[in-house]
Amino acid sequence: MSLLKIEGLHAEVDGHPILKGVDLEVASGRVEAIMGPNGSGKSTLQHVLMGRPGYTVTAGTVTLDGTDLLALPTHERAAAGLFVGLQYPVEIPGIGFVEFLSEALAATGRRATGSGAGIAEVVRLEADRLGLATALLDRPLNVGLSGGEKKRLETIQLAVLAPKIAILDELDSGLDVDALRQVSQRVESLTHPGDAGAAAGREPLGVLVITHYNRLLFELRPDRVHVFIAGQIVESGGPELAAELEQTGYEQIARRHGLSSTQAFVAPPDPFADPGF
Amino acid sequence: MSTTTLSFGADVARRLDGPAWLAERRIAAVERFAAGTAPTSSEEIWRYSRIESLALDRFTPAWIDGIGEAGIPPAAAAVAAAIPDRAGLIVVRNGRVVHLELDDELVARGVAVGDVLEVADGPVRESLGTAASSSADWFTELNDGFLSGAAYVHVPAGVVVERPIVVAHWCEGDGLVSFPRTLVILGERAQATVAEYHASPSGIVHLADAVTEFVIGDGAMLSHVALQAHGPGTWQVALQRSTIGRDATLRSSAVALGGDYARLRSESVLVGQGASSDLLAVYFGTGSQTLDFRTLQDHQAPYTSSDLLFKGAVDEQAKSVYSGIVHMRVNAKKARANQTNRNLVLAPPPCGAESIPNLVIEANDVKCSHASAIGPIDEDQLYYLQSRGIAPADAERLIVFGFFEDVLARLPLASLAEPLRTAVTAKFGGRA
Repeated sequence: MSLLKIEGLHAEVDGHPILKGVDLEVASGRVEAIMGPNGSGKSTLQHVLMGRPGYTVTAGTVTLDGTDLLALPTHERAAAGLFVGLQYPVEIPGIGFVEFLSEALAATGRRATGSGAGIAEVVRLEADRLGLATALLDRPLNVGLSGGEKKRLETIQLAVLAPKIAILDELDSGLDVDALRQVSQRVESLTHPGDAGAAAGREPLGVLVITHYNRLLFELRPDRVHVFIAGQIVESGGPELAAELEQTGYEQIARRHGLSSTQAFVAPPDPFADPGF
Repeated sequence: MSTTTLSFGADVARRLDGPAWLAERRIAAVERFAAGTAPTSSEEIWRYSRIESLALDRFTPAWIDGIGEAGIPPAAAAVAAAIPDRAGLIVVRNGRVVHLELDDELVARGVAVGDVLEVADGPVRESLGTAASSSADWFTELNDGFLSGAAYVHVPAGVVVERPIVVAHWCEGDGLVSFPRTLVILGERAQATVAEYHASPSGIVHLADAVTEFVIGDGAMLSHVALQAHGPGTWQVALQRSTIGRDATLRSSAVALGGDYARLRSESVLVGQGASSDLLAVYFGTGSQTLDFRTLQDHQAPYTSSDLLFKGAVDEQAKSVYSGIVHMRVNAKKARANQTNRNLVLAPPPCGAESIPNLVIEANDVKCSHASAIGPIDEDQLYYLQSRGIAPADAERLIVFGFFEDVLARLPLASLAEPLRTAVTAKFGGRA
């Protein structure tokens, strides 16, 4: 069983503190949800954990099964078993999806899941499972795909690369109701692989899902919900906390913790913020 | 550049062999050359070039008095072998045609490949210069003045040549200047694919002054791939210019890997209503190379359309220049043009790229778009690949190859894509 352990994490961008002391654990087979308003620093948490350039960790530790992730470059964090599903997957012309996944598998020393089948075949099966037209697999990586198609490709990567812990940022954006259900079911089958998975020696996936809508959480039932405001987790609870947020919004919770609504909603500078969002 | 032109006078040009009409043509060109002046990079069309450092008087023309090697050079044989399904082959050595092949079945249908030195009259003689002369510069005049032969492909009206015809130009000889020339003529509704190869060995300083002309008749379609693989000491100053008739199509692609300074002016002139051209290029400069491209999409008729995509990378101390013009003339109503140039700069200065897209619009009711980019490998792309476990050096390699693959995958001659991938890989692996 694996454990991602975040303790007292502080990080900044261009001297502006964004993460202000994050403590969180994500274990195999668990789904932890972080909910927070836009600009609260949720996405920054994902970037900092994976080592995206532009962020400086000023305090705290992050370990995966005891390995100090913050000491590793990004690609070694992935090899250690961490995966990020990006809010805005990047388009790369001229690289085929299967070629890309083959490189990733070779780099991390893993084999494609689905014993015996080649990567191309595994990818095709995964695409079917997610209702993604297999013709899209022949496109250059993410090029010209819709937001929802990109999210399904992220999910295929998650299934094929078989990491220990995945941090999924706004997995639901761009997905219609049916696609959201398919993607959620695929993630759930990874977090709860059942007897067949156990027999195949597969460890359940641990998931940290980042969202600002409740929608995803109806499908991907979290074990715990963490409310993230102004760079911190201010409150944690069971799924009922998500229901409360639906009713009251973030402002009331912010006030409960002595944070003004301005503190809750002022967006810190995010170098990777999507200008259209 | 010195203006001394002792080696390039009419008395020297007269020592070249060939028919009388060609000799006259040469003398007229030599006179125009002598009346002209050496270009300098203060002229817009030579801006960012390093043409001043070319000392023309240090070169002498190849093939004077019929002296030169006439066998098939191994590099040309290798290129021919890489295109085993070819319908024809012309091997040109220092501008002189030394070998001709064409399927009998095509000969029977009136298709011809040959050397202008053997031409007395007819469409080849009439077409020579019709595309290039209207855009002649100092080097074009020099090519005309010292033409020691010219490879031509003539496909008569209505004939479709399914398989590619290969034109392999090999240049050699330290201190020599050669004048490669290719002329492709397609009659009405004719179709052909031409693969052109320009190369020279390493270890020599050579100047290749090349001209390629396409005369594409109404409704005809020409697919073209040009691979430039000159040795690292070779200078290339080349013009490729096409005239495209009514409802005719040119799909031309250039792959430029070699040379010390290698320049290509690529010009397509859409003269007939509904004519279209699709110009692709990919280039990769390393060492101290300068790769220099000047393009023109010249819309002279209504409903014409053109697309241009030039993508290149520079590494080490290499430089590239892209300067392109879309010209919509008064008569070009409802015409449409796209022009895109993208550059990857993989090393710090002096490594660098210039990109200058231009629109000249004299017509109403036209659609034009242009885009230009110069920059290092995209940080977000690098991060994305690394987040999947791919090491930084491998991520860079994948992104750079992907950048080239975007063009290589669209080449009209798929059998060339694999050897070109190998050539790019070798060049990427050979970086210091």
